[in-house]
Amino acid sequence: MSDVFLFGVLPYVSLMLFFVVTIQRYRQRKFSYSSLSTQFLENRRHFWASVPFHYGVLAVLAGHVVAFLAPSVVLGWNAAAVRLYALEITGLALGLLTVVGFVATVVRRLGDARLRRVSTRGDWLLYGLLLLQLSSGVAIAYFHGWGSSWFASSATPWLRSLLRLAPDVSYVAPLPWVVKLHFVNAWVLIGFFPFTRLVHVLVVPNMYLWRRPQLVLWNRRERHDAGAAARRAVSA
Amino acid sequence: MDVRSQIAMVFHLDKCIGCHTCSIACKNVWTDREGTEYMWWNNVETKPGTGYPTKWEDQNEYRGGWESDGSRLSLRSTGKARIVPNIFHNPSMPSMDDYYEPWTYDYKALFDSAEGDDQPVARPISMVTGKPLDIEAGPNWDDDLGGSPIYAANDPNLAALTPNQRLQLMSIERLVFFYLPRICNHCLNPACVAACPSGALYKRGEDGIVLVNQQVCRAWRACVAACPYKKTYYNWATGKSEKCILCFPRLETGQAPACFHSCVGRIRYLGNVLYDASMLPEIAHLRDEELVLAQRRMILDPHDPAVLEGARRNGIHDGIVDSAQRSPVYRFVKEFGLGLPPHVEYRTFPMLFYVPPLLPVMSSKENDVADNCTDDLFADIEKARVPIAYLGSLFGGGNEGVVRYALRKQWAVRLARRHLTVGDVTREAAARALAEADCSWEQADAIYRLTALAGMEERCVIPPFQREMAIEMMEDPHLHRSSVGFGFRAAPVRGV
Repeated sequence: MSDVFLFGVLPYVSLMLFFVVTIQRYRQRKFSYSSLSTQFLENRRHFWASVPFHYGVLAVLAGHVVAFLAPSVVLGWNAAAVRLYALEITGLALGLLTVVGFVATVVRRLGDARLRRVSTRGDWLLYGLLLLQLSSGVAIAYFHGWGSSWFASSATPWLRSLLRLAPDVSYVAPLPWVVKLHFVNAWVLIGFFPFTRLVHVLVVPNMYLWRRPQLVLWNRRERHDAGAAARRAVSA
Repeated sequence: MDVRSQIAMVFHLDKCIGCHTCSIACKNVWTDREGTEYMWWNNVETKPGTGYPTKWEDQNEYRGGWESDGSRLSLRSTGKARIVPNIFHNPSMPSMDDYYEPWTYDYKALFDSAEGDDQPVARPISMVTGKPLDIEAGPNWDDDLGGSPIYAANDPNLAALTPNQRLQLMSIERLVFFYLPRICNHCLNPACVAACPSGALYKRGEDGIVLVNQQVCRAWRACVAACPYKKTYYNWATGKSEKCILCFPRLETGQAPACFHSCVGRIRYLGNVLYDASMLPEIAHLRDEELVLAQRRMILDPHDPAVLEGARRNGIHDGIVDSAQRSPVYRFVKEFGLGLPPHVEYRTFPMLFYVPPLLPVMSSKENDVADNCTDDLFADIEKARVPIAYLGSLFGGGNEGVVRYALRKQWAVRLARRHLTVGDVTREAAARALAEADCSWEQADAIYRLTALAGMEERCVIPPFQREMAIEMMEDPHLHRSSVGFGFRAAPVRGV
């Protein structure tokens, strides 16, 4: 497949699917938005699977976001070799943490009859995509030094060209195949996202820390007040 | 004064025969779906016993409810500061093994087995995995095992007893148990609501029923960990939490909840009470022993003109006030002082109250001589088979005084009835007992009537508030029909 399709068309298809289906699902099948936690069915290994995976993947994604939003910062940081090594080793460590959590998740799911009961084909397909994404990501971090600089110097301009609706695939065309695989699979994941349990990422609670502890819902209290006032007026 | 109405309940434990009819009624109506098989929104436990889920009262393990440092209340499980780092793995979450793995039997084998020398058997099959299962626990696994060294001996309430009292409880002549039916307490300060990161749980303003919005629940499971009574449950099939809804569709059509309606022993009373919500922040920090009476102070006299004015100001309908005035719960809890909240020290302020059981000693045996002591059946509540300290731990927040008061009054009422119907207790003796129990002859009669004679309409005074129906009525029906259709727009099935 040509680079134009993979890096110039596929991203739009994926983003389209992502937005349309996510919104449609939230509006019409809100019930299906759930983290579908399995901690209740298996509580011991859950810790060693879920915690490293989530913390690892969040940290890694945060690194990607920084490189996308502030590429000059990353390039400036990488100007000194020591700092580059520090960044790449940190990235690799976080990637490996994610992989450890991911492997533990899959092993846990395969090894427990209760968990197999609540695992769908969509889950396994998602695991396949995540495996590809994580292994290609770790491979980049390990085999390709300067990976973080490439993101800032090649991927970020390409992603920004996508946002400007003027895709310029020449930024990413000369990159090694494993990096391209990482990109393509990322778009496949984004397109697949709204069809999977991944949607729970979008509904992480954000108001909880600021709301009052108790939630009391009244059925239009002001109406009752108005009614009571009217009654008082009549009886007076 | 912030007057609110709350549907409250009283379970009269002296009348409970432990038949589990309530549990079955509830199960058949609400929890016979996939993922809910293990849930018993209503369950009946044997006390002393470990209960369901096992040892739910041990908050050092389950970490449910609130704790107060004198000025601030915080959740013991995962309050605001702790839910963020723990959202991926809730450290206080019970697992299915703390409840039990639900099962059915392979009945088909009884018909399909080939002819042979052995009888065919129906093996137990897990309702989660579908595979054969060795049954090791169930929802009422320690039913009636009052003296069991495995179950009763591990009751967390026994910590309140002296070693000697504990030994006595286990000795064969003094074996004792009673039943504790449990449903969601629809608390005034619910820990489940406060714990939910999504804000899916809420308390209905008009009647105080606590519900989970299934469309908003995201399976962060904080409610399950936070509820000290373990009355919110995680549906593993849909990935949503569920709990007792107090049969609100029945209530709103004037019917008692299924467990109340089906109760064979007629132990269940339901009615709304008016309470002062503004007192809550202040009494939530009192010492454990003060909480029972403090919660009772929150419940307001529905005949007091000041309360009526406060109710009117808050828009509480006259019909609701009227049913509060006839509420059997108000009478048991406030007038009689017999209804006690379970484990009030969890500081959720449960609105389900229990009348503690008397459990007198019927006969004793010493040196091979059996002594029938029915002549002196109600001689002394201190000699009852369950130590007051045990009931104090369960129903008094450690305060034995409130338990003693409730038992003494019940005992006095029995003496008064004995005087009136059998006549072997003198009027003087009955009058003395009543006076000691802070009970008039009129009140004794009222207690007797409400305990023994009350019909369905007196036991369950259902306030005429049709909340969900009222929501529908506020919408244009044509608009409603064209925009919603019937029920869920999509079936409540597990997401992928």
